[in-house]
Formats: sequence, C-alpha cells, structure tokens
Amino acid sequence: MTAAAPARTAASTARERRSRTRRRNLRRHWQLYLLLVLPVAYFVIFQYIPMANNVIAFKDYNVVQGIWGSPWAGLSHFERFFANPVAWDLIRNTLMLSLYGFLAGFPVPILLALALNEVRARFFKRTVQMVTYAPYFLSTVVVVSMLILIFTPRIGFMADVMGFFGVNANLLSDPNAFRSVYVWSDVWQTAGYSAIIYMAALAGIDPSLYEAARLDGASRLRKIWHVDLPGIAPTVVVVMVLSVGNIMAVGFEKAFLLQNPLNLSTSEIIATYTYKIGLLSADFSLATAVGLFNSVINLILLLAVNAVSKRITGNGLW
Amino acid sequence: MTLETATPPAAAATEKPKPRRRRSTTVQDTRVDRVFMVGVYILLSTFLLIVLVPLINIVASSFSSPAAVSGGRVFLWPVEFTFIGYEAVLSNDQILTGFGNSVFYAVVGTLVSVALTVMIAYPLSRTELVGRKILIGGVLFTMLFSGGLIPTYMVVRALGLLDTRWAIILPAAIGAWQVLIAMTFFRSSIPGELYEAAQLDGASDLRFLWSVVLPLSKPLLAVIALMYGIGQWNSYFSALIYLRSEDLYPLQLVLRDILIVNTRGGTNIADQLAAQQMADLMKFSLIVISTVPVLLVYPFVARHFTKGVMLGSVKG
Repeated sequence: MTAAAPARTAASTARERRSRTRRRNLRRHWQLYLLLVLPVAYFVIFQYIPMANNVIAFKDYNVVQGIWGSPWAGLSHFERFFANPVAWDLIRNTLMLSLYGFLAGFPVPILLALALNEVRARFFKRTVQMVTYAPYFLSTVVVVSMLILIFTPRIGFMADVMGFFGVNANLLSDPNAFRSVYVWSDVWQTAGYSAIIYMAALAGIDPSLYEAARLDGASRLRKIWHVDLPGIAPTVVVVMVLSVGNIMAVGFEKAFLLQNPLNLSTSEIIATYTYKIGLLSADFSLATAVGLFNSVINLILLLAVNAVSKRITGNGLW
Repeated sequence: MTLETATPPAAAATEKPKPRRRRSTTVQDTRVDRVFMVGVYILLSTFLLIVLVPLINIVASSFSSPAAVSGGRVFLWPVEFTFIGYEAVLSNDQILTGFGNSVFYAVVGTLVSVALTVMIAYPLSRTELVGRKILIGGVLFTMLFSGGLIPTYMVVRALGLLDTRWAIILPAAIGAWQVLIAMTFFRSSIPGELYEAAQLDGASDLRFLWSVVLPLSKPLLAVIALMYGIGQWNSYFSALIYLRSEDLYPLQLVLRDILIVNTRGGTNIADQLAAQQMADLMKFSLIVISTVPVLLVYPFVARHFTKGVMLGSVKG
C-alpha cells in the first residue's frame, strides 16, 4: 500500500490506493456482492422502474408506442384532473379522512400506554395488552366484513346499540358516517399495536426519576405529567412526523371495501379513484398523473414536517 | 422539575386515624391516587370490552343456527349451538381453493421474501462493502416514495406476470422496513470477533453467513417471516389488480366476493329464506375460519412482533 512512487501527488496516490483496496475488496468479498444481485434486481425492477414509468403522466400513453414512444402531453393530464370538479372532492375527502384519523388515532395509543403503565396487576396488564393487540392481525377484508355484519340492521348487535341511541339508519350507507366508521374502526384495530412503541419508551425511562417524584410526594397524575410525558416525547414526535407526513397516503384497501354507491360522496378518495380511472377505465396517463401528484405532495409534506420538527424539538426521522 | 406535595391536607387528615400500614414494599397510594387508579382500571376495562365484544359476537354467531343469526338473537353466546355454518363453509369449493391458494402464497411468498431480505440486509450490514451508503439510501427511499399503482402494474404486465401466481409474490417481495430491521439486527447482534475467528479458519463470506450468522439470527428470521407471512395472508390488493382467474384467488379475495360484494353464497337455492339465513351465518363462520391460521401463530406473533417493533425503532 505504501509502495507509491514519491514523485506522484498525494491526491493521485490516494485515489490509486482507494481503487486498489476497492479491487481487493471486490475480489475478497465477491460473495457479498453476489448475494446482492437478486435483491438489487428486485429494487430496480419493482421499485425504480415504476418510478421511471411515472413519465407517462406527462405523455399520451398508448400501448402500441409504449412508455417511451408515446407522444409528450406536457401537463395536460394534470390540467384535466384539476379541471374536473371531482378533483377537489377527492382531495378534500382524502385530507379529511386522514386528518380525522390522525386526531382520533394519535392520542388513543398514548392514553392506553400511559394507563397500562400504571397497572401493577400483571395478569390484568397482560390480558389487556394481548387482547387490544390482537385486532391488528385481522385482515382488512375481515374487519370490514365485521363492520358490515355488526352494523346490518336486524342482524348486527351494533345496529341494536345504535337503535337504542335513536340512530336507525344503516351507518355503512350513510355518507356522513363513513369517516367515523372508517376512523374509529381503525382506532379499534390498531390502538393496541401502536401503544407498544410508547410502552417501550416508558420502560426506558430512568427509574431514579420515579424515585425522585415519589420522594417529592408527587401524585400518580403529576408523575405522569412530569416524568412519563417528557420521557416519551421524542417517540411522540417521531410518530407524529410520520403520520402527518403520510396525511395524503390514505390506503386503498379499506376505503375501497367500505365503499358503496350510497356513501361515495365521502368515501371516494384519491387512491380509489386512481384505481378506477387506471384499471377499470384504462386511462393510464391520467391515473398516473393523479397518483404522482399524490405521492409528490406526500413526499414534500414528509420532508417539511421532518424539517420543522427537527428545528423545534431537535427530533426527526433522520 | 418542581414537584409540590400533591396530597391535599384534607385527604391526609382523613388518612391519619387509620394507623394500619400495609406491606412497606408497596408504594403507598394516597386517596387521590386511589381514585385515579380506579379511573385507570375503568378506562382499561372499557377498552378491553370494546375490543373484545365484537370479536366474541362474531365467534358466538358463527356457532349459532341460521335462524338465530338472521333474527339478530346472538350476542355473546351461541344460540342453538351448531356447526352447520362451518360445514357449509368447508363444503364450498371456492373457499377451499382460496384457502389452499392463500397457504401457497403465504408459504412460498414468505420463503422468497425472507431469503431476499437476508441477501440484501446481510451484505449491507458489513461496513467494508463498497457502495453501502448508496444502496441503503436506495432501499430507504422506497419508504418515502413509490412508483404508484399504474406504473407498477405496467411493469408486472410487461414481464408477463399478469394472472400468474408470481404477480402475488414478486412485486412486494422485499419490504424496506424488514431490510432495516434485519440490518440493525445483524449489526448489533453478531459479534465482530466471530467474523475474525471465522476468517482465521478460512471460512468464506457465504459460509460464515450460512453457518454462523443465520443460526444466531433465529429470532430475527422469526420476526420477519411472521411479518411477511401475515402480510401475505391478509392482503387482497395485489390479487385484485393482477389476477383474473378465480382458481388463483387467495382466500381474502374470495372473502371479499362473498362477504362484501355479496355475489356468491348460494342464494339461488330453491328455498329463498333458508338460503338467505344460511348465507348470513356462513359469513360469520367464514370470518372465523379465515382468521384461524393467524390465531394459531398469534402467541408467537405477539411476542416476536413486539421485538420487531423495538428492533425497528432502535434506528428508525
């Protein structure tokens, strides 16, 4: 390694040395690079080529000429989308759904974790954890089916409960109820799972802080306020950044299943619209434009929220 | 941090006349705290019931008679206990085919996914790998931005995978999150001394991975296998967009057709009312049957998933 002629400049020696170690590295660890071949091919084919395919959002795509041969269309597909009054309904529906989901879904797991953390009785604690965690593993199809069944008038018990409160209509065909059904069933399904990360943060709090709080005669509520909450604050921030950053990324699966002709005015979101335009009406360019618009907004939101959170709290995703 | 004495004098005064102190090891709760704890237990019990009641209702209904289910007479205990719903479900060819397909997708998909994830995560956990940073960036970027529905569909179509089993397994074969978890695990749990020792013995990288790293990584393999397996079992989306032939449908898509779209379920049987009642009951039994495989692994899952969440959050 030190055999470089003294006449050469330091820079070129360094470069040469680096390329030589690199060659030696490749020879010695060729098996590591061999392992990478298939996974890297996967990422290229199924992740990065689709990203490149987004170019058809700016083209008039047709099957005959293919992705690269089809004529350019500029921003006409985006204009077409925004000229359609449906566009603003879709954006509103998507935003409302995720904002509501955030406001309802964000505090519940924290509350659950804080409450669980107070409980000493191990059996009760374990039971609550195991049970609230379980719905996370149900499939979306099953959860939506359960919703439909328990809210079906005459059959489902929730229909009786709603009837007791004077609501006799089927909530699943009521456009005004769609968001609540969607959001609260989500809370039902994921609160136990989401609480885990806070439980972990709570477990990591320095016990001497609790000791100090106890010596100061702090009540449990004060201990939560002054020790627990500051202790989980970094985790809360990370989760918040992630959820705000995903505010436009409402999943397709559940909204699509909960949709019916009666509640479409609130249940049609960008993801379901993209599916219908793209795969059912085969307007690939328009669907891609809509999807791309959504992903880009999402990416920008995520980067922005992360930057803001880093500046204010010093915590971010990276 | 300023913590004042939280016990109001009044509460302290009422405590005083009772001199009995319980075990000194337990933390002494003041009256305020006891009221607070009652609140905590009420809150948690309510939560427990809200989660549990719908689940019990579904299971109870699935063991009830068609008439009781259709009449809405089942709440938390089977009415007119019978297995008739399950018999109907298990004699439906479409459901059985879907079940078989789902088992196939879950098993093969998990094997492929775990293998590919290890194949990328292990080299990326080795610091001497050239281009490591760029590759990691490339993996993580897919968490922030994805190609989208139609552009991905076009790739699958161009590869001729439409309406084949590969369309379910390949497009989502590797999860960036799982790669991250695996990488973190390899970096933190495989001691460097082992590698040095293996090198002295002349073991190659592959040999080391196979004989040393993988046996030490069973907890990790369990976590990511469960994640992939359950994800595959529960998903219907790729089947919805990529499959046309019903004999390739996974169970979730069959479920969707029967439970939500309501296109099947034997409503064309002569006795319309009985058929309708039977169809109602079958939905409950079907929900239970489709969830049994997940329930069987749930005890493992609960333990390992928690670890997975932690592993991922170490460096998130």
